[in-house]
Amino acid sequence: MTEITSLSLFELIKNIKEKKISSNEVAKSFIDRSEKSKKLNVYVTENFENCLKLSKEFDNKPNFDLKLPGIPIAVKDLFCTNEVRTTAGSNILNNFVPSYESTVTQNIWNEGGILLGKLNCDEFAMGSSNETSFFGNVQNPIAKDLVPGGSSGGSSSAIAANLTPVTIGTDTGGSIRQPASFTGTVGLKPTYGSCSRYGIVAFASSLDQAGPMSKDVKDSSILLEVISSFDNKDSTSIDFKRNNYSSDLTRNIKGIKIGIPKEYRVDGMPGEIESLWKKGIEYAKDCGAEIIDISLPHTSYALPTYYIVAPAEASSNLARYDGVKYGLRSSGESLIDMYEKTRSEGFGEEVKRRIMIGTYVLSSGYYDAYYLKAQKVRQLIKQDFDQAYNKVDAILTPSTPSSAFKIGEKSNDPVSMYLNDIFTVPVNLAGLPGISIPAGTDKNNYPLGLQIIGKPFDEQTVLNIAYSMEEKINYKNNITDWWME
Amino acid sequence: MTIDLKTVKHISKLARISLEEKKAEKLADDMNSIFEFIEKLNELKTENVEPLTSIAETTLRFREDKITSDNIREKILKNSPEKNDDFFVVPKVVE
Repeated sequence: MTEITSLSLFELIKNIKEKKISSNEVAKSFIDRSEKSKKLNVYVTENFENCLKLSKEFDNKPNFDLKLPGIPIAVKDLFCTNEVRTTAGSNILNNFVPSYESTVTQNIWNEGGILLGKLNCDEFAMGSSNETSFFGNVQNPIAKDLVPGGSSGGSSSAIAANLTPVTIGTDTGGSIRQPASFTGTVGLKPTYGSCSRYGIVAFASSLDQAGPMSKDVKDSSILLEVISSFDNKDSTSIDFKRNNYSSDLTRNIKGIKIGIPKEYRVDGMPGEIESLWKKGIEYAKDCGAEIIDISLPHTSYALPTYYIVAPAEASSNLARYDGVKYGLRSSGESLIDMYEKTRSEGFGEEVKRRIMIGTYVLSSGYYDAYYLKAQKVRQLIKQDFDQAYNKVDAILTPSTPSSAFKIGEKSNDPVSMYLNDIFTVPVNLAGLPGISIPAGTDKNNYPLGLQIIGKPFDEQTVLNIAYSMEEKINYKNNITDWWME
Repeated sequence: MTIDLKTVKHISKLARISLEEKKAEKLADDMNSIFEFIEKLNELKTENVEPLTSIAETTLRFREDKITSDNIREKILKNSPEKNDDFFVVPKVVE
């Protein structure tokens, strides 16, 4: 039989339901492999002992009606987990043990999932390479010293290396889709308001969304079905009719109209990204989709808009870390001195940089010039998509402007790091669903992804297109386990 | 427009982050390159555009004004770096 850890979530569920394998065997397999994979540095906090115990309890009293029956799952360390340390990749939360559970993770446990551990990520989800984490770099299993993307870098690495069957990440400007693209895996950012933000360490509240990351599209549909829910505890949660995403999944996309935005052909884009995109268009046609050229005229303004809106919201959200109620405290001579030292020692460079930008754009005399201006441009970006969706059902673009880069290659130049998110950021600004699927490799054999963007609340069409194209693309990661001792 | 060292120090005061001189200089450079990139927005005329403040519903939901949690004082104080039985403890504020 194939190794348990290389099975998809769908296959694991099937095997458990047919009693061919037990929850405890599954947990053991993933834990054994994780123990041998410490070099990847994906875990910030392991929950292995407890996971084994809970899997045994499941096996003693199984409930096969659940959607994730006894499935061990590791999650990004940005989700608060009751009684399990939650750090957000930051020194300032190094010792934080929440006394409550995020809604999204609670939904997973309610359906039979069991926590395997908490996965590394960029500090407060601010980064595109996982290099801003207080807990160190994460290795991309594709090749040594390659970044796994970010901010959900521990999550993408763990999926690609078969250390968890599926996982959840969060996506503020591309933090699910870009790491998925860098590791040859699937990552879906749902429509803003689909998955509750309750209990997720906040970065930029008008942009943050949780979403599934997995080996294939079907697995993401299963997990989305579990995590997407209306929640009174999140004031921007939206009460809409949610599909049974996995049972409604179909490869029949005949006649679906897919838009190709000409503005995504950015200057300096490598030829291999351009040709990947062209191949993607052919695959979509083969699946029966109709291809239509569209224009999203304000695309090039999305990143500058994002780098006002996101830091502004972050500076406000991160004001709570003051060394009083929880987290790190440095000693100071006065209250103000204590605040200043705590925040200086507790936050890393990138987080400080963004707090400073955010504080500046919101400061007296600059609000109109920056924050208000950005909100107006955000409106124009959203209107671009509204107009495009009068003509098409979905949009196809590359996920990233390049493949994964080496650790350290971009960490001294914030602007070049920010350019990674050029194709993903507009989707967050407009609150839309978007998925990245692996679609090919570059000259180094590093994975490249394609992004499918949908209408608000139309995750099903996004998944169906991805599911159809995935079959035609037939991408396989070639991972050699080079990190194992 | 450039952000000078004085502005960086003022902003760090507002953000309650203490900064060493050397770090402040590096931060000024970083912020200037980021703002150069942000200035692109000035190409657009936006006088008649409504700002987009929320992508979700614009009106917040009302709920009944009732207590939904039990007495959770202990839980709330649990993670505090310094506390006594009932309170968070901070350095002396009033002389």
